[in-house]
Amino acid sequence: MIIQALAFYLFAGILTLSSLMVITARNPVHSVLFLILAFFNSAGLFVLLGAEFVGMIMVIVYVGAVAVLFLFVVMMLDISFADLRKGAMQYVPVGLFIGAVLLAELVLVYGAWSFAPGVKENLAAPVLRFEGATNAQSLGMVLYTDYVLAFQLAGLVLFVAMIGAIVLTLRKRPGIRKQSVAAQQRCKAADVLEVHKVSPGTGV
Amino acid sequence: MLEVGLEHYLTLAAVLFTIGVFGMFLNRKNVIVILMSVELMLLAVNINFVAFSAYLNDLAGQVFTMFILTVAAAEAAIGLAILVVFFRNKGSIAVEDISEMKG
Repeated sequence: MIIQALAFYLFAGILTLSSLMVITARNPVHSVLFLILAFFNSAGLFVLLGAEFVGMIMVIVYVGAVAVLFLFVVMMLDISFADLRKGAMQYVPVGLFIGAVLLAELVLVYGAWSFAPGVKENLAAPVLRFEGATNAQSLGMVLYTDYVLAFQLAGLVLFVAMIGAIVLTLRKRPGIRKQSVAAQQRCKAADVLEVHKVSPGTGV
Repeated sequence: MLEVGLEHYLTLAAVLFTIGVFGMFLNRKNVIVILMSVELMLLAVNINFVAFSAYLNDLAGQVFTMFILTVAAAEAAIGLAILVVFFRNKGSIAVEDISEMKG
């Protein structure tokens, strides 16, 4: 029990500190690296809660895809990030005030949570239904039966996002020489060849 | 204090969510860090979902975490694609320049 508590405080502490570093770091590359650290620690928390599959998905999707995408874009764009920070302190007092109020309210609401009496009897997908199955197995048994429609819609969301990202970033650049297979196939010998009758001694 | 309960996770998620909100005020000119703040807020929501799922012994919370993960990945991809296109056209990613796009 004490090891569990220690692990929780370790992960939670590093998670909080690294997410603070994400928003305060001067260099956005450092921000992204601290974001990766935050995701790793949250994956640790998920494993601690017994949700191993979600924890591992967290590492693969967030660290492997989302954070690397951020890193890619930060390094690709040639921007002076110092200029972007100018005048940033102007709204800090308001932001601190709103943050403090929000945090106080959230802790007041969530600080002492107790479940309603009948809630344990009305679970959507109780773990007890999958006695002996691992976390990933039971998650699959829920996801592919009860939530199969939502699962497919999530796939559609990803598909639309993929198409959208491709369409947004694809650009036609005039003035560059690229092979056009269609134009090559369409081309007839008569379009490019001219036959001249050259009489001897005159030239073309 | 040593017994880690649901309240601990909910408080942690609240702190993380607040950091995300504050990050938007602190980096209000830098769209990339604002997107990262949004990711932090989604992470806080995920922690809430998984904590409730664990303490209720209900798997639905973990299923919904995966849907949030999907939406977060799609959001990051589209947001960064828009950012790249905007940078290509204007040469900057400052938030106040983006308002020139209207109309």
